[in-house]
Amino acid sequence: MTALAQAPSVVGTDRHGPLTGTGRLTRFALRRDRIRIPAWALGIAGLIGYFSVAIPAVYPDAAALQTRADIMRDPSGAMMTGPGYGLDDYTFGVMLANEMLGMIAVGTALMSIFLVVRHTRAEEETGRSELLRAGVVGRHAPLTAALLAVLVANVAVAAVLMAVLLGNDLPTADSLAFVSAVALVGLVFGAVAAVTAQLGEHARSASGTAGAVLGLAYVLRGVGDAQQSGGSTLSWLSPIGWAQQTRVFVDLRWTPLLLCVGLTAVLVVLAYRLSDRRDVGAGLVAARRGRADAPTSLLNPVGLGLRLERAGIIGWSVGLFVFAVLTGSMAEAIATSMEEQPELARVFGALGQDVLLVMMAAFLGFFAMAVAVYAVTSVNRLRREEGEGRTGALLATPLSRVTWVLSAVAVTAVGSTVLLLVSGFGLGVGAAGVLGRPEMTWDFTVAALAYLPVVLCFAGLAVVGNGVRGLGTWWVWLLLVASILVGLYGPLLNLPQSVLDVAPFGLVPAVPGAALDVAPLAWMALVAALLVAAGTTAFRRRDLTA
Amino acid sequence: MSAVIDVRDLSKSFGAVRALDHLDLVVEPGEVHGFLGPNGAGKSTTIRVLLGLLRADEGSVRLFGADPWAEAVSLHRRLAYVPGDVNLWPKLTGGEAIDLFTSLRGGVDKRRKAELLERFDLDPTKRTRSYSKGNRQKVALVAALAGDAELLVLDEPTSGLDPLMELVFQQCIAEAVAAGTTVLLSSHILAEVEKLCDRVTIIRQGHAVQSGTLAELRHLTRTSVDVVCVGDATAVAGTPGVHDVRRDGDRVLFTTDDDALSAVMAQLVALEIRSLVTTPPTLEELFVHHYGTEPVAAGAAAAVDAAVGNAAVGNPR
Repeated sequence: MTALAQAPSVVGTDRHGPLTGTGRLTRFALRRDRIRIPAWALGIAGLIGYFSVAIPAVYPDAAALQTRADIMRDPSGAMMTGPGYGLDDYTFGVMLANEMLGMIAVGTALMSIFLVVRHTRAEEETGRSELLRAGVVGRHAPLTAALLAVLVANVAVAAVLMAVLLGNDLPTADSLAFVSAVALVGLVFGAVAAVTAQLGEHARSASGTAGAVLGLAYVLRGVGDAQQSGGSTLSWLSPIGWAQQTRVFVDLRWTPLLLCVGLTAVLVVLAYRLSDRRDVGAGLVAARRGRADAPTSLLNPVGLGLRLERAGIIGWSVGLFVFAVLTGSMAEAIATSMEEQPELARVFGALGQDVLLVMMAAFLGFFAMAVAVYAVTSVNRLRREEGEGRTGALLATPLSRVTWVLSAVAVTAVGSTVLLLVSGFGLGVGAAGVLGRPEMTWDFTVAALAYLPVVLCFAGLAVVGNGVRGLGTWWVWLLLVASILVGLYGPLLNLPQSVLDVAPFGLVPAVPGAALDVAPLAWMALVAALLVAAGTTAFRRRDLTA
Repeated sequence: MSAVIDVRDLSKSFGAVRALDHLDLVVEPGEVHGFLGPNGAGKSTTIRVLLGLLRADEGSVRLFGADPWAEAVSLHRRLAYVPGDVNLWPKLTGGEAIDLFTSLRGGVDKRRKAELLERFDLDPTKRTRSYSKGNRQKVALVAALAGDAELLVLDEPTSGLDPLMELVFQQCIAEAVAAGTTVLLSSHILAEVEKLCDRVTIIRQGHAVQSGTLAELRHLTRTSVDVVCVGDATAVAGTPGVHDVRRDGDRVLFTTDDDALSAVMAQLVALEIRSLVTTPPTLEELFVHHYGTEPVAAGAAAAVDAAVGNAAVGNPR
C-alpha cells in the first residue's frame, strides 16, 4: 500500500517526463483489481490455511507425517514438490517449505503474469491504451503502473500469507523468508510478463509465453531436485528453485532471494528498453499470415468448433498428460506409504484391497474432475460466441439453432474424450513404467472412458445454463466445485454417507480398482442426453441476446 | 408479385423498453429499400426479427411470404446478411471466415471471391484479430456478395469503409440489383441512400413515420431558394408558406412549401430576378424534419453557422 501512496508524489514532480501520469494509472489499475487482488491473496493463503487443518487430520502425529517425508525422498516425489530439506525431521513447517512453497510460488507467479498482461498488452490490443497515451501520460507510465500494481498484489499475498503462518505458531524469521520468497518469485514472473508483453501483438501470446517460462522454471527445478537431494545445478537455474533453496523452517538462508531481486531488476530494465523500440499497439515480432482459403474441414460448425478449441485441447492434453505420468510414477511410493498409514488408506477407501489399483483409480477420478472443468468451459463457448455477435451472424445463414448447439456439444464430447484418454494413458504409462506391469497402460486408458458420462452431465448442465435466457452457468460451476470438493475430501471431512452417495464423481465405478458396473453409467448418459435436449429446446425458443 | 418483406404492426419489447411500436415495412421484389432512422430507433431490432433471431411480440412478419421465426433455416438459404458491427473469430483469417459463411449458405465460388477481394482490396491471409472495423465489414460484404442471394439485408454496411470503398460498395449493389436482387439497406449515410434506394422507410422510436419513394417524400418538405433580385426579395416574407427569410449580401435565402412555389415565383419575377437557385430537399432535411427541431435554414451548414453564432452570443464580452 505504500507504493500506492507514494507513487503520485514521486512522479507528480515531473510533469512532462516519460513517467507522467503513473500515479493516476496505478490507482486506476488497483481500482480495477480491487476484487481480483484480494481474491488471489485469500485464495493462495487459504490453501495454506486448508492444509493447516487437513494435514493434522490425516497425519495425527510426527511419526505419521514422517511417512509422508518418505514419499518426498523418492525422485518422483522430489520432482513434484521440492529439494527435500529437513526430510529427517518432517514438521508441518518443513512440509510447507518442501511441498507447498513451490506450488504457492507458481500461484503468485500466475497472478503476476495475468495482472501485468492485463494492464499492458491487453490494453494495447483493445486500443484502450491508445486513448490513454493520447492524454497527458508518459511513455513508460502504463508499464510502470502495471508493475507497481503487481508489487502491491504480491505484498498483499505476502501479508495475508504471513498472518496464516504466524497463526500456525511458525517461527517469525522463517515465515518472513517464506512469504518474501513467494512474493519475489511473483515479481520475477511479473517482470517476465512485462518483457513478453513487448514481444507480440496479442495478450494471449504474451501470457502464454510467460506461462511457458514459468512451466520451464518448474520443470528445471523438478529435474534438478530429482537428480539429487537438496537440488543440483539445474535447481539453481530456476527462480522457484531459488525460493526453495532458502531452506526455510530447516536452516534459513536469505541469499538465494538476492537472485530473485537481481533477475527482476534486469528483466524490468529489459522491458523498458524493448518498449522504447516499438510503436504503441505493435509488437517486436510481427504476426504470422495464414491461409487465404479455408480447408474443407473448417466449413461446418463442428469443424469450426474443433478449430477454435484445438489450441485449448492440446494445452489441456499436455498438462494433464505430464501430471498423469508424474502421478503414475509415484504410484509405488504412495502405495507403500498407504500400507503404513491406515488413515490415508481410509481417505481413498482402500482399506484391505489391492491398495495400488484402488488408489490409482481414485487418481483417475481426480483427473476426470479436471476434464469436467474443461467440458463446462468448452460449452460456454456458446455464450462467448453469442455475446460477441458471431452466433447471430451464423444463424443468419441456413444453420439451425439445434445444429449449432449440438455441434458445440459434439466438440465438447470429442475434447473430453481425448482428455480422458490422455489422462488414463498418462497414469497407466507412469505406473506401468515404475511397476513393470505394462498391461496397466491399456487398463487405465480404457478405464478413463467410464468418466465420460459424468463429464457430459456437467456439459449438459452448461447447455441448460446457456439455453435458458439469463440463467447463466454460475450454478453449474457451484455444483461442479462442490462435487469436486466432496469427491476429493468427502471421506476426510467425515461427511454423512448420504452426501457421499449422491456425489457425481463417486457414482462412477472406480475402475480398474473395482468391477465395472454399467448401470450407473447408462443412467448418467441418459441424464446428460436429457439435459442437452432441454437446453437445446430452451435455446430454440428464446431471443438471441446479441 | 408479393412483397419480399412484409411487416405489419410489428411490436417488440425488451423488458420495459418498447423497441418496436406497431412498425410497418414493405419491400417489393427487385427494389433497393432504404431504412433510415437515428440510433436506437429500432432498425437493427427490426432486421433481427426479420432474420428470426428475435421473436415478434405482436404483428405479422412475412419474409418471402413465410414466417421468419418458424422457417428461419429455409428462408436463410435465399438471403445474405451483413451486420452493422461485424465480429469474427480472431484465430481465423479473413479468407477462412468468408469461406465459412459462403459454404454455410451453399458453396464457395472461388472466382467470385477472388474478384470481390480484389475490388475491396482485402488481404485474406491476415488473421481477423488484426483487421480494422472496415476490414471486418469487408469480410462480411464479400461473403454476402459472393453468393447469389435473392435478398441482401445490410445493416449500416459502410459505416467503417473509406469513401473509395463506399464507391466500390455502391457499384456492387448496383450490379446485384441489375441481376434482380432485392436489397434492404439500413443506413446513416444519406447520400448513399439517395444514390442507391428506390424507396425509403423512415423509422423513429420503433415506429415507421414515413414510407415512400424519394419523390413522394420530397413532396412533404420545403424547397430551398437562393435568389438575387433587383428589387428587395425579402418582401416574400409575408407570403403564406414561406419560411426563414434572411439576407446574405445581395442574396436572399428562404425556404418555401411546395404548394406556395408558384405564388412565390410570381412575386420574385415582379422583383426582376438576376439569379435563382432552388434546391430540392435532401435526406438531411427529411431527417431534421422528422427527428430534430424545425430546420433553422436550408442545409446543415446553415445550422452549424447558427450554432456557432449562438455560442458567440453566449460568450461574455
